[in-house]
Amino acid sequence: MIKKINLPITDEDIKNLNAGDSVLLTGTIITGRDAAHKRLYELIENGEELPVDIKGEIIYYVGPVPAKPGFAVGPAGPTSSYRMDKYAPALLDLGLKGMIGKGARNQAVIDSIVKNNCVYFAAIGGAAALIAKSIKSEELLCYEDLGTEAIRRYTVEDFPCIVAIDSRGNNVYETEPKKYAK
Amino acid sequence: MEARKISCKEIISAVKKLFMDCNYFIGDDILSALKTAKENEQSPVGKSVLDQIIENDILAAKEEIPLCQDTGMAVLFVEYGDKVFVEDGSFDEAVNEGVRQAYRDGYLRKSVVSDPVFDRVNTKDNTPAIIHTKIVSGDKIKITAGGKGFGSENMSAIKMLTPSYGAEGVKQFILDTVRAAGPNPCPPIVVGVGIGGTFERAAQLAKKATFRPINTENPDKRYADMERELLTEINKMGFGPAGLGGNTTAIGVNIETSPTHIAGMPVAVNICCHAARHASTEI
Repeated sequence: MIKKINLPITDEDIKNLNAGDSVLLTGTIITGRDAAHKRLYELIENGEELPVDIKGEIIYYVGPVPAKPGFAVGPAGPTSSYRMDKYAPALLDLGLKGMIGKGARNQAVIDSIVKNNCVYFAAIGGAAALIAKSIKSEELLCYEDLGTEAIRRYTVEDFPCIVAIDSRGNNVYETEPKKYAK
Repeated sequence: MEARKISCKEIISAVKKLFMDCNYFIGDDILSALKTAKENEQSPVGKSVLDQIIENDILAAKEEIPLCQDTGMAVLFVEYGDKVFVEDGSFDEAVNEGVRQAYRDGYLRKSVVSDPVFDRVNTKDNTPAIIHTKIVSGDKIKITAGGKGFGSENMSAIKMLTPSYGAEGVKQFILDTVRAAGPNPCPPIVVGVGIGGTFERAAQLAKKATFRPINTENPDKRYADMERELLTEINKMGFGPAGLGGNTTAIGVNIETSPTHIAGMPVAVNICCHAARHASTEI
């Protein structure tokens, strides 16, 4: 069964999600990857205000391709999440509710997901052209100088992903490969 | 034999086309391997992931947009004929101009930063390219090019094995590297292996191996057997498509070798995602 979620995501929505669920997200999400995370983290460390309010938001780890004329956005698939592991717990502590990326997370991130009642979604790596079909528009929020790594707001409709780590810490990257290992 | 004159313009336009083409159009070898994998995939989620990857690749080709947002760092293997004379500029500058134009006019992502540690400022045109040039006899320039994504590049490894490790040691290191990569490099992956040479030659061969179509095999039967055996072993790991579980973790293992030193047996493993993009041309 596919679960449809309207954003912003609620604590109740998050509690009802289980690792392995297929989900379609509709609403708005923000984007950010390596360089933007480094900047946000440094601001947090220095006790400064962030240029974007992350409370209640879902962040998509993506560095999109520029849109070709006639397209709302360029291809935009997930990037590897583990590179954001160093920064993620600090953002979750500030109220970020979810992350979309691909691949495994470290224990500190998993612990922070459980502690803060958050969720980690996986999108399919390398399916950027297809995923972009569910992104209806984009708006630059900050860090324009970072090019593809700037923070943007995406309006999404039925954005497809899978619950990779749920709010109880169940982790498909741990459980699923074991079922097929010989 | 007289030198054959080639203009920079010709090189620029050939390189530009290579990078646009390889980012829009997945190779037949990859697409057909993905389709076969889908038939054989035991995990329902894995099957669905493969289905979406195939749909994605067909859509990208139809719309002439990049199939992956990581349009890579531009890597070129060049066989440069010694009778060729570039008449109005330098070969490397022409290649970089071709890359610049492809990434600008082809709406590809600019993913290169100028300094690796301190500045990390985006060069905004995806240059410089990584150019491996080999001088060969003849009057042509043959170029094989690809955009190499870094999700998989980051999962690559090299080890200076020594002779007593033997074939078993080589296989073990390759399997260990793939296992450590796990779900991160966008499986199903293509595994490029370079064995022999020196430290840098092994790494270069591993990259070259990822550019070889996966429906070909090493001409030496012993290495061809090793490629098949490794593919089977990797697909027993269970990571599956997108790392979400399944029996399709890799769709190809390509091994390239080189003579090496009496004391050495370097092994480099260059991992490539399922968007294994490469294209060739001859000028």
